[in-house]
Amino acid sequence: MKTYLPAKFKITRDPQRCIQCQVCVNQCTFDTHYYDAEDDEVRSYEENCVGCHRCVLFCPTRAITVSRNPLDYRENHNWRSDVIEGIIKQSETGGMLLTGMGTDKNHRIYWDHLLLNASQVTNPSIDPLREPMELTTYLGRRPDRVEIDPESLLLKPTSSPLVKLDIPVMFSAMSYGAVSLNVHESLARAATELGTLWNTGEGGLHHKLYPYGRNTVVQIASGRFGVDPEYLDAARVIEIKIGQGAKPGIGGHLPGEKVSAEVSITRMIPQGTDALSPAPQHDIYSIEDLGQLIYALKEATNYSKPISVKIAAVHNSAAIASGMVRSGADIVVLDGLRGATGAAPRIIRDNVGIPIEMALASVDSRLRQEGIRSQASIVVAGGIRNSGDVAKAIALGADAVYVGTAALIALGCHVCQQCHTGKCAWGICSTDVRLTKRINPEIGARRLSNLLRGWSLELKDILGGMGINALESLRGNRLHLRGIGLTDTELEILEVRMVGS
Amino acid sequence: MRELNRMQNPYRDDKVIDACSIFGIMDTSGKRFSGEDTITAITNMHDRGNGLGGGFAVYGLYPELAEHYALHIMYLSRQGMKETEEFIKSQFDLVCAEEVPTRPTRAIIDPPLVWRYFVDVRPQRTEGQSPDDHMLDSVMTINTQLPDAFVFSSGRNMAVFKGVGYPEEIADYFCLEKYEGYLWTAHGRFPTNTRGWWGGAHPFCMLDWTVVHNGEISSYGINRRYLEQFNYHCTMQTDTEVIAYAVDLLVRKHNLPIELVARVLAPPLWSEIERRTPGEQQLFRALRQVYGSLLLNGPFTVIIAHQGEMIGLTDRIRLRPLVAGVKDDTLYLSSEESAIRLICPDLDSSWLPRGGETVIGRLKEPLRPSTPSLVEAITGTQPT
Repeated sequence: MKTYLPAKFKITRDPQRCIQCQVCVNQCTFDTHYYDAEDDEVRSYEENCVGCHRCVLFCPTRAITVSRNPLDYRENHNWRSDVIEGIIKQSETGGMLLTGMGTDKNHRIYWDHLLLNASQVTNPSIDPLREPMELTTYLGRRPDRVEIDPESLLLKPTSSPLVKLDIPVMFSAMSYGAVSLNVHESLARAATELGTLWNTGEGGLHHKLYPYGRNTVVQIASGRFGVDPEYLDAARVIEIKIGQGAKPGIGGHLPGEKVSAEVSITRMIPQGTDALSPAPQHDIYSIEDLGQLIYALKEATNYSKPISVKIAAVHNSAAIASGMVRSGADIVVLDGLRGATGAAPRIIRDNVGIPIEMALASVDSRLRQEGIRSQASIVVAGGIRNSGDVAKAIALGADAVYVGTAALIALGCHVCQQCHTGKCAWGICSTDVRLTKRINPEIGARRLSNLLRGWSLELKDILGGMGINALESLRGNRLHLRGIGLTDTELEILEVRMVGS
Repeated sequence: MRELNRMQNPYRDDKVIDACSIFGIMDTSGKRFSGEDTITAITNMHDRGNGLGGGFAVYGLYPELAEHYALHIMYLSRQGMKETEEFIKSQFDLVCAEEVPTRPTRAIIDPPLVWRYFVDVRPQRTEGQSPDDHMLDSVMTINTQLPDAFVFSSGRNMAVFKGVGYPEEIADYFCLEKYEGYLWTAHGRFPTNTRGWWGGAHPFCMLDWTVVHNGEISSYGINRRYLEQFNYHCTMQTDTEVIAYAVDLLVRKHNLPIELVARVLAPPLWSEIERRTPGEQQLFRALRQVYGSLLLNGPFTVIIAHQGEMIGLTDRIRLRPLVAGVKDDTLYLSSEESAIRLICPDLDSSWLPRGGETVIGRLKEPLRPSTPSLVEAITGTQPT
């Protein structure tokens, strides 16, 4: 069938610069470039280009320019190009439209409508170059009060394990199979170096990475891939995954061709079989079932690790989160509308869920109203882009954040949204050995550490500017936020005042 | 319900911001002395205030009525007084009442009426509450629900005298040189966003706890939200109120010794905790983990006092001044050393407490010129 899809990108090759070295041909995984031996010329099938910029950055003579194909449809607010092309694709394939990464739609990004405070005159700002500035964060359930034995004046012991983070930013769940082992290793090494945690996602933990267990969150999702006692014992935190921001209410599907020998061993499924994660966990059909799984995991690990529960941010997040805390979750993870994925139906990704800022504000407030906020930490995920977003999330009430896309961008990702194809030219979201070797774990870990080190310096500057020298004084401190360009209702839900007021 | 914060914070700022001079003096032998020295000392720091608030707390003030709650209440109208007195009679056994003596001075314009009542809590009125909790609730009722009335202080054998004016003017107006107590604290205020309201001056009082405070708490937003979970509602929107509630929660409800309360309000750095003995590490880590939201961040110096105890504390990086001095049995705390030297030129010792270090004076306990380590302080043992 002839495709009616126009090419998204236009590729121009400067003939004076191109030396026909064919690096672009070898680097492109979408078969965009080819070498015509007869004419001794490199040419492109523009319709294959996804805009990942691999060729642009690796071309030794900087001969290639990728730009948007200037094909303009007649202006129409309803029938935009993405809508038209979605219909064309479906009419040619008859399937669901799949995509990768977080939604690219222009849902309101509340971070961009929140502004931070700084000290002037009545209290001094603090210079992080001269004064200590503390980002240390502990995750987990804490008692409502400290009890001191009146006789011995010593601390009465409690049984809730807390996990220390040197920076309140962790690496979000990305499963082995969706991303490569080299990506996992980069994340694990960086988390260890930075004193934070990385998350295995639902695809198990490769044996090579068990030494990084102290900095690892292991995930238990509906497919229960790779879960055995050793897996639980290796972890620092165990996370039950109920939902994901990019596809609330939807399961997962790792195609059989991605289930290589290594993936098969790690996931504990036969090689080449599809790895299907059902939409719900089939032993959790209600809140009391969640409690049973949480306590089963606590029993299995002798109450030595916090149990985290991750949900997608949906309409009733506040009530759901309250139930989760009451059933024993030590950490509540909220994944917002803009959360990313290795593969999801586009219609779900773009239309289901709520922005993380709103979910966070309402969950934090609800847990406080119910007097149970100290019983669980709140971690948010889904579209955190920089340290400004982190500071705003903390001020709204988050204990820490997860970053996924930002970490992948640090490794080379150019957010071309082709994760679901398995052809990632940057070698991130693939299990093809030819591609995965494009990530060197040592360099990957360095790039990730650099990123978070930069964020941590920025966070310290932000805190110091506010006249605060410990992160816990910003946490939930919404007086340090003001809203701009928001309606009264939005301000009310965020419990933030308008700028100038 | 009357909104206290509207009187206190007419422009609806996040909170009421003020800077100040503070002073405290305590004879740990319990010997009572007149207010003259305190007045002289706080007057010497005149320039640290702007005349929009001054006040004093005195302990050991009414030895002959020491077992009764001494309610000091200001009224802006006769009607307010009438309704409040009816309320008091309905809640308490009234022992005696009188108008607080004042002398007309040029500086004090349009003062409110101030009365004091010595009362006992009626056991049948408390509905299972402790007398203290019943008193607290009654104070909140008067402050927020009765017209034109505000409680200055509600402890036993103590009082707070405060108002709009420089502290020396307030002292003059209330004839404070005629009173005697074993512990005095004083405050001169420099508010930046209030017209000045008598109830908003320091000291802030809850039962027999008083707080005088110099600083601005940048963590106010989360401190307040944390305390709301324990049903403390910050009607005054001042940092000082937050400090008083935090101390009440930690001392009265969670039974923590004051040395540990200080470590909650101004905790050691995480890196400092790592260098302590394993027992201390556990204790300090637990305090920060559980009470991190009560860390008072930003510049402050406070003098917290209650029956038999005076505590000085600065923020952990010491962004506001505090000087301590000792002479025989007397402990002095002040924003400026000159104020102490003016009334006691021959101190045995004086020092600048480090950030987050507590200076504590207790009745019948020898003063220690510099604070011992925490383990020593709570367990009496020497650190290793």
